[in-house]
Amino acid sequence: MTSNRKLSPRDWPSHPSQSDASYKSTLLRAHQRPLVPLEQSLSELTAPVFGHDAVSALDNDLTRNATQDGEPIGERIIVAGRILDESGSPVQGALVEIWQANAAGRYTHLSDEHDAPLDPNFLGAGRTLTDADGSYRFTTIRPGAYPWRNHSNAWRPAHIHFSVFGSAFVQRLVTQMYFPEDPLLRFDPIFESVRDPVARNRLVSRFSMGLTEPERALGFAFDIVLRGPQATPMER
Amino acid sequence: MPAQTPSQTVGPFFSHALTPGQSGYRAVVGNQLADEKTAGTAIRIEGRVADGAGAPVPDAMIEIWQADHRGRYPDGSEGFLGFGRASTDTEGAYWFRTVKPGTPTAAAAPHISVAIFARGMLNHLFTRIYFADETAANAADPLLSSLERDRRATLVASPINGRAIVTYEFSIRLQGERETVFLDG
Ligand SMILES: [Fe+3]
Repeated sequence: MTSNRKLSPRDWPSHPSQSDASYKSTLLRAHQRPLVPLEQSLSELTAPVFGHDAVSALDNDLTRNATQDGEPIGERIIVAGRILDESGSPVQGALVEIWQANAAGRYTHLSDEHDAPLDPNFLGAGRTLTDADGSYRFTTIRPGAYPWRNHSNAWRPAHIHFSVFGSAFVQRLVTQMYFPEDPLLRFDPIFESVRDPVARNRLVSRFSMGLTEPERALGFAFDIVLRGPQATPMER
Repeated sequence: MPAQTPSQTVGPFFSHALTPGQSGYRAVVGNQLADEKTAGTAIRIEGRVADGAGAPVPDAMIEIWQADHRGRYPDGSEGFLGFGRASTDTEGAYWFRTVKPGTPTAAAAPHISVAIFARGMLNHLFTRIYFADETAANAADPLLSSLERDRRATLVASPINGRAIVTYEFSIRLQGERETVFLDG
């Protein structure tokens, strides 16, 4: 809990710039006026509290939460990590939601027109609440890369979308997790929109033999860091 | 010390996960925060999201976070969650049913916090909904009173007359003329 203590600002050099000429959809959707600074009040420093009834038992297992007549096709993986704030404190009880394409690179979404098969046993959506130490864990299928129309021969590297809440509304974060050593990363304007290579690398999960389950699934570790308590002059 | 994880766009394909109620799947939350039993004045908020060319944004997600009718932020102990989510339709339109928030602190006018996500938005943006019928409180609000009149107007929801429940219109312009005031709190 941040107990309504003021938070550090968004670390803008770690985030993408809102307007990015190589990502065409930003052109008409990026704001042009500067953001207006806002003094943090309870409105910013509180956040919804999701109880355990927000998630059910299978919600964090995408290989089982939407099956109809069998198991989803593809490579089973474990994706696990911790939600922390910038002080290294775990964010407990945080709602973590993920969504992704299936193994063939196709989303269960009416407007996905990619000519690849849907999987009747895979929805591609999951959710969980973090434990006392901020940890979360999903079982899923490794998503496929998929084409998009941003530029000629444009492909999104395989990724899993993440949505995370902290204990303050301004800690809200939506991001994407990528896979190590994916050759598509350096061609992807969305990944590359984070200009700082060190910050950008924080979006790439790490293969983990420790999370890998024998005879079952490869493991990938991915920690997420949210805005933390503002350092006071005494602490500097 | 660990450093912040960068933001990435929500992309176009979030609805089966984040707003699944609108396609028939079970949702954590939807766009109806309150019903007849919720204490306070029932209100509806509706509007459109438009881009810099004035075209509707049909793949945006709007989240709201608010105090209850007494001005208290919910802590999970009572029924009112204070949080809702809506995705825009093909016309860029969204709506919420909720209760009018009370005054959170003596210094601020009643308001609802808003986060906006969409394909093409690499970071989500924050804004606030204030209410046009709170003239005196709005005049004393530190954020509203710091803005020029044209810009201030983008944060104030106006009543729509003749509806069964009290309804306010709050539209969001992502870019250009009459661009909504976006906040960095
Ligand atoms: Fe995607």
